[in-house]
Amino acid sequence: MSHDKTMTLTLHVWRQKGPKDPGKFETYEAKDVSPDQSFLEMLDEVNEDLIKAGKDPIAFDHDCREGICGMCSQVINGAPHGGMDRTTVCQLHMRMFKDGDTIYIEPWRARAFPIVKDLVVDRGALDQIIQAGGYTSAHTGGIADGNAILVPKDDADYAMDAAECIGCGACVAGCPNGSAMLFTSAKVSQLAVLPQGQAEAARRVCAMTEELKAQGFGNCTNHYECQASCPKGIDVKFIAKLNREYLKALCK
Amino acid sequence: MILDGKCPTGPIEKTWDKHRFDMKLVNPANKRKYKILVVGTGLAGGAAAASLGELGYNVEAFCYQDSPRRAHSIAAQGGINAAKNYPNDGDSIYRLFYDTIKGGDFRAREADVWRLAQVSNNIIDQCVAQGVPFARDYAGYLDNRSFGGAQVSRTFYARGQTGQQLLLGAYSALARQIKAGTVKMFPRTEMLDLIVVDGEAKGITVRDMVTGEIRTHVGDAVVLCTGGYVNVFYLSTNAMGCSVTAAWKAHKKGAFFANPCYTQIHPTCIPQHGDKQSKLTLMSESLRNDGRCWVPKNKGDKRAPGEISEEERDYYLERKYPSFGNLAPRDIASRAAKEQCDDDRGVGAGGRGVYLDFAASIKRLSEDTIRERYGNLFEMYEKITDENAYKVPMRIYPAPHYSMGGLWVDYNCESNVPGLFVLGEANFSVHGANRLGASALMQGLADGYFVIPYTIANYLAKTTPGKVKADNPECRKSVEDVNNNLKKLMSINGKKTVSEFHRELGKIMWENVGMARSEQSCKEALKKIPEIREEFWKNVKVSGSGAEFNQQLENANRVADFLEFAELMTRDALYRNESCGGHFRVEHQMPDGEAKRDDEKFCHAAAWEFKGVNAEPELHIEPLKFENVHLAIRSYK
Repeated sequence: MSHDKTMTLTLHVWRQKGPKDPGKFETYEAKDVSPDQSFLEMLDEVNEDLIKAGKDPIAFDHDCREGICGMCSQVINGAPHGGMDRTTVCQLHMRMFKDGDTIYIEPWRARAFPIVKDLVVDRGALDQIIQAGGYTSAHTGGIADGNAILVPKDDADYAMDAAECIGCGACVAGCPNGSAMLFTSAKVSQLAVLPQGQAEAARRVCAMTEELKAQGFGNCTNHYECQASCPKGIDVKFIAKLNREYLKALCK
Repeated sequence: MILDGKCPTGPIEKTWDKHRFDMKLVNPANKRKYKILVVGTGLAGGAAAASLGELGYNVEAFCYQDSPRRAHSIAAQGGINAAKNYPNDGDSIYRLFYDTIKGGDFRAREADVWRLAQVSNNIIDQCVAQGVPFARDYAGYLDNRSFGGAQVSRTFYARGQTGQQLLLGAYSALARQIKAGTVKMFPRTEMLDLIVVDGEAKGITVRDMVTGEIRTHVGDAVVLCTGGYVNVFYLSTNAMGCSVTAAWKAHKKGAFFANPCYTQIHPTCIPQHGDKQSKLTLMSESLRNDGRCWVPKNKGDKRAPGEISEEERDYYLERKYPSFGNLAPRDIASRAAKEQCDDDRGVGAGGRGVYLDFAASIKRLSEDTIRERYGNLFEMYEKITDENAYKVPMRIYPAPHYSMGGLWVDYNCESNVPGLFVLGEANFSVHGANRLGASALMQGLADGYFVIPYTIANYLAKTTPGKVKADNPECRKSVEDVNNNLKKLMSINGKKTVSEFHRELGKIMWENVGMARSEQSCKEALKKIPEIREEFWKNVKVSGSGAEFNQQLENANRVADFLEFAELMTRDALYRNESCGGHFRVEHQMPDGEAKRDDEKFCHAAAWEFKGVNAEPELHIEPLKFENVHLAIRSYK
């Protein structure tokens, strides 16, 4: 695993002071990059140089750096999270690049995600979709034993496949329509397949779909770019499930 | 001063039930008159805000991330304990209580731990009702796995993402309350000061991380759920934004800090790869269910693992601890790994690593079974190391992971500052000197769902709602102090970056106050920390301005607090002249290298009172009484 050679890379990074600033690409050189470094560690080093030169470092969101919190959000060479299968930016390693490469780094671009600064966007709209109904209305306390509700393993696995969504918004960034259908469908599907979510299933799918529209996300026209962009490999079959749940709800 | 934990008396099984009846209530019509500020939205904070909002209180919740769903509880992988005894293998509330007291090396309060074990079962029920997709068997029943420090299978899990699923459960409950209007959420907002009026916690001063605005929020009580402090080591498994800041600011306003030297070094992390590394990644302890730890028997053996025969391998955990084997508690497994590496048997670049080998389990169970259990962990390992752990053994090494110490709280989770409650990792209460695996998630949710809703009423019932207004002189002063501090950071314009200082501090802490400590190493650290702190305030460089989105400034402010906190942590490590759990003083060990406690002198919690940045803190002691589990030498052999 240890590589001795370091790389020099040319970075074109989107810089934008705030939501009203038009923004533009700036070019930087990343030197002495080790193949074992993560992509964000490479950017950390570029920032250290910028700070020492008295320049404004590149703002980007990140936190756990383990691929689970969903905070990191960069479009690298046109692909959300860099386009590696099931990988967030923070888990992307520099061994995927070679010496002399040119890399374009941009923020998530979608109407529903206004830019805060540089590569940082406001994803509050995703929270609003969950607030519209992405829960079971269970009260704290007074709940029957966990084993009182049996959930067949296949259903539990199906729910878990959907529940793996980290809410990063790559699906929106990857979609030509800026749609959040994959995100919404993952939560709808998780709760629709579980007995605990049945009681509110119809109300939930309607409310969440309404919110999706209200937040300015586009419609789904089956490009499947969302699945390709998703760092957790969430399947587009959940969008079909959402549509089915929605139709069922309309009949009620 | 001798501190009183205010534990209920009488038979331990009845303590929580009795206490719940003894506490005062706030009637439903009055609840809406009270405002509660909840800082942090991880398992403890998210669960607390949701539950308090549902009860009818006005809640304001704060997190530094862009959404409450991203708190670092999300990164917990392995599972959550509960005393359900579903596998019929001998578990009970008493056994979970016993294991936790013993696992903590007899440095936790009995009553608190009993309550935790008692409500553990409610947590599983609660999470199931929320739609958390726990692992199930084909009949539809909840599945369990085993974890370190226990001989029963009591750990519930959702693949390798249990923390994520539990947090999303709490987050969804919180989302429901936000929608209902009982909770007002403030993301990208960081607490920078605690407001204390007439001796009681009545508000916080925060920085809006988007606009840079400094403002106060006043309320009738403050609930801190702001996690742990192991980023003091710079490299740790914590998220980049995890800091001691909120707890430290509360400490500076009078809250005692208890047992800060109790830090957990997790045995199964991916070894460090280079100087530019920003954080370490944990591999779930659950891997030790099927992985076997070994090192070459011969010193300095640099052959590839496949070339080392069975006879030439030392499965050191199985050899030293036959009854717990690879599932020895974390502190013990970590020290054992360090011992092997110090003895020149370490593997991988730099020799700081041991093997965690799945070959035997793959042979016994098939690769598919192992993939089913740990697939995402193997995937993560490969992304970071470029190695396929189905084919070659994983390399692991201990890394800072969790802090058992924290703000001192009584049985009600209330600090010595009335009105300031502290939950989850941020308090010191239940894990003693070492936390067992799958217990952090349990504590966070226990505190948030099932403790604070009761205990906070007991405080509120005795206070007049809305007593402190936003124009209180303490609020103005707090805003002024915070502003001045930030201005000072911006004005230094020195030569070194914040990260450089943080790295330097981390190195001192890891080398001197890490897995092994001594009087000499602590004194060395106590000499160096003030030097770095002094240089920091003369030579740090923070670019940009305070009135904008400025990650440098956020970070500088957190590192400034770590530079103060590190000294307290070291002082505590020096004071605690014994070894216990994760606190290992090399002067105090058994002949076989195990931690040697000194119950005569140190069977107590050490709670420190702040007396000024360069002044010695004052020590307060809370004696620990063991009436149910008898003090004994902890043995896992």
